[in-house]
Amino acid sequence: MRLMLVLLGLLGAFAAPLAAQDRLPPAPYAYEQLRDPAKEARAKALMEELRCLVCQGQSIADSDAPLAGDMRHEVRSKIAAGESPDEIKAWLVARYGNWVSYDPPFDGATAFLWLGPLLFLLLGGWLAFGRFRRGASDDAEDSA
Amino acid sequence: MTNRWVLFVPLAIMGLLFGAFIYRLVTPAETLIQSQWIDKPMPLFDLPPATAGVAGLKSSQLADGKPRLVNVFASWCIPCRAEAPQLEALKAAGVPIDGIAIRDRPEDVAMFLREYGNPFDRIGSDMQSSVQIALGSSGVPETFLIDGKGVIREQIQGVILAEQVPEIVAKLEAMK
Amino acid sequence: MIAELGLALLWIAAALACLSLVAGALYLRGGQKDLAALVRPASVAQGVLTATAFGLLIALFVRSDMSVELVARNSNSLKPMIFKIAGTWGNHEGSMLLWLTILTLSGALIALFEKRLREDTLIATLSAQAALGLGFFAFLIFSSNPFNRLPVAPPDGQGLNPLLQDIGLAFHPPTLYVGYVGLSVAFSFAVGALITREIGPAFARAMRPWVLFSWIFLTIGITAGSYWAYYELGWGGWWFWDPVENVSLIPWLAGAALLHSVAVTATRNALRAWTVMLAVIGFSMSMVGTFIVRSGLLTSVHSFAVDPERGTFLLVLMAIYIGGALTLFALRAGSVAEGKKFALLSREGALVINNLLLTTILALVLLGTLYPIVAEAMGEKISVGPPYYNRVAGPLALILCLVMVAGPLLGWRKDDGKKLWSRLPLAIFAGAAVLFALILFGGKVGILPLLGMTVAGVVAVASLAPLWGRNLRRTPLPTWGMVVAHFGVAVCLAGMGAESAFIKERLVAAAPGDVIKVGDFAVKFVGVKPVAGPNFTSIEGTLVATTSGGQSFTMRPEARTFPGLMGTAPTETNEAALLTRPGGQLYAVLGQPVTSDDGIADRYQIRLWWKPLVWWIWLGGGLIALGATLSMLGRAQLLAIWRARRHRKSQERFAP
Repeated sequence: MRLMLVLLGLLGAFAAPLAAQDRLPPAPYAYEQLRDPAKEARAKALMEELRCLVCQGQSIADSDAPLAGDMRHEVRSKIAAGESPDEIKAWLVARYGNWVSYDPPFDGATAFLWLGPLLFLLLGGWLAFGRFRRGASDDAEDSA
Repeated sequence: MTNRWVLFVPLAIMGLLFGAFIYRLVTPAETLIQSQWIDKPMPLFDLPPATAGVAGLKSSQLADGKPRLVNVFASWCIPCRAEAPQLEALKAAGVPIDGIAIRDRPEDVAMFLREYGNPFDRIGSDMQSSVQIALGSSGVPETFLIDGKGVIREQIQGVILAEQVPEIVAKLEAMK
Repeated sequence: MIAELGLALLWIAAALACLSLVAGALYLRGGQKDLAALVRPASVAQGVLTATAFGLLIALFVRSDMSVELVARNSNSLKPMIFKIAGTWGNHEGSMLLWLTILTLSGALIALFEKRLREDTLIATLSAQAALGLGFFAFLIFSSNPFNRLPVAPPDGQGLNPLLQDIGLAFHPPTLYVGYVGLSVAFSFAVGALITREIGPAFARAMRPWVLFSWIFLTIGITAGSYWAYYELGWGGWWFWDPVENVSLIPWLAGAALLHSVAVTATRNALRAWTVMLAVIGFSMSMVGTFIVRSGLLTSVHSFAVDPERGTFLLVLMAIYIGGALTLFALRAGSVAEGKKFALLSREGALVINNLLLTTILALVLLGTLYPIVAEAMGEKISVGPPYYNRVAGPLALILCLVMVAGPLLGWRKDDGKKLWSRLPLAIFAGAAVLFALILFGGKVGILPLLGMTVAGVVAVASLAPLWGRNLRRTPLPTWGMVVAHFGVAVCLAGMGAESAFIKERLVAAAPGDVIKVGDFAVKFVGVKPVAGPNFTSIEGTLVATTSGGQSFTMRPEARTFPGLMGTAPTETNEAALLTRPGGQLYAVLGQPVTSDDGIADRYQIRLWWKPLVWWIWLGGGLIALGATLSMLGRAQLLAIWRARRHRKSQERFAP
């Protein structure tokens, strides 16, 4: 199944066809880090949760697509200018919607996504622990 | 198990799962990412000319009272070539068109204009896609309908088709 | 004639599947013994015929018979032989035939070797396996016929995509398939046992080696796939929480839960209904995963055979199988006695919590994978990615590891915890030592990696605790298997934690002669030279990495360009260079040339990562698979049979 992922990768960003691509060098901050390690760490963390717009399921932190490079440049430039990762993310979400972030917000449409696992765990726990209680009380039945 | 209904829970979950599958098979996913920056003022920018002989583009110039199109394109973009005749037709219909050239070199833009015509009043050069990103645009070509106050009213993704031309003219007329 | 013969064999095998199903059903209704006698040989014959058909398809690829549509589309006479063979299953039709081959061969193996089950349960199991086969035979013959002939044979085939000529790509998918389809046996055992109501230790013991067997292949497949993406995608990521990865992880999680719950059923005759349900879920998730990928449901472009018609066919098949099995479960499981009781503080108690956590993780991975569809139906387009999974599944996985510490140290039924408390201090001490070392010397470490490495320390020590004070030569194989697999989890966890906590990244535009510092290495960029490959051209960079101790190593990352084929655009790939050291791996990628202001391309983008302990992730995966293998050998009683046979032989030798 990983085959398909890779096929997508091959056909998508990391082996982008040369013909339909610009011939400009990448933006300065596309492949260059910020000098301040603390700022770079913040930029890196943000880039890892931003979705590349033109790839199949890759973050902008690990795509060679030119637009992903330009988005990295945008993120690093804004971080360098002192903006916080949350501000940058909000700025991008205002333009591309929640699709651009791999970290979905908690709202009406995603409530079940975030709470579903908890509900599942509680329901399963309730069923399982019901067993334990009974199990502990009637040891005699065990030999039956 | 004392609660017999519990035994039907897996079946119910499977039903939901299959509901999602059927929904997706019936309504295939929309692959284009639409801009959310609609009915909002044009982001501020001041782009240098994309090539010699054509003016650059400033966002303040887009609020001069005349509704217009802003076409996001690139010389390296093959569908953009197919769009050129429709842009010419729009220009002939009296629609002002400005261009934003994405990640492009001046000599390539010049060649593109020579070969496919120049319907643009101004072309700004967006070397690092920063204006494209500020517009919420994710590909080329894309066209934005701007009203006279410089507010983005609509985004058209992909090539403008010949049959869309009169529609666009009418929409811009209505914004006047 | 080979193609026609292949198709004919498939039809005969399908007819035999039909026969097995009907004969089995009649026997189970009326109990006619002579009908039951048909089922075993029919199952064996199905396996043999389908495997032969698959062999014939391989022969068509080997001979490059371009009159067969599948060969013409996916092969080429100039391909190296190994890739011609691998091309057989590198496409939708061929891989479905492989899928069926594994399915029917599994049925044949049960028919030949399973002696522990009651006769009626065995027949019901074989009939269920035949029913599964029948649907997939129909799918293959009617909508994905691999043996289709072309009216006119083209001079040569189209399948020369050089990018697909990778040994990893050739053998990774079949490994996963064996795992996926192996779970069908557990599914059929569960259905068989539900039909005859024989759910108990015998059923669990018969199923157990099969669960281990498929889980081993799933583990190897996922581990290898992860390593393959790591070196091939060029950014050093080893898990992306991509939908296609998730659908391979889900059956693995189901298998992990099942092989623990089946232990409870086999040993203590408890958790019976639950084990049956997990067995149904395991293969159901394999089918769901295959459906998701084959129908293009989540990967919208270019995954192979995106075809709504096939998607619908698979969906109908799945609805029949999963729906049927779960309905049977809902109707029958109520009459299955729960089995023996146990206290919370017991081996069973720990395994129940293990199962609860594993199925919760399974549910959330499935939920996250499919939720974008749900959100879109509600009018919102969202992406679910690593932040969600790390935040939700991460803590659950760590708790699961802690339960794993306790489980093996507890006795069955009811435990006073004496053994656990006596052996725990050393493990807790190990965890505390890791935690303090990380806090004192680790610098700023994220909470999840920090806890991950701490838990890894605890698990590493505690996983060995079941061996303390035991005669190692007399320790049974399954115990060794458990210890090795649990230790593997610790190794894997430590690798994941260390990699994400201490990774060092350097992205630079370097000119020849520049020295780049990354981690403890000074990496000198010596220069680049063009290299011509068999079907690509490449720029090969030379980097010399020197450790702080003065040792030097040469690394040669490449940027390859494959010319466009059949009018397609050329493609570029990165071949990363890896330097494996005891403490981790140095990962180097050569990017694009960088043009200076004067227009000369004298510099190159170079990406360097120092990834501490990263190879422990795959070592851990390998240990988990090894542990499962030891358990399977122990459970399948192959060694016992072998010993008995040797014993008999030695007795024969002394016989007069």
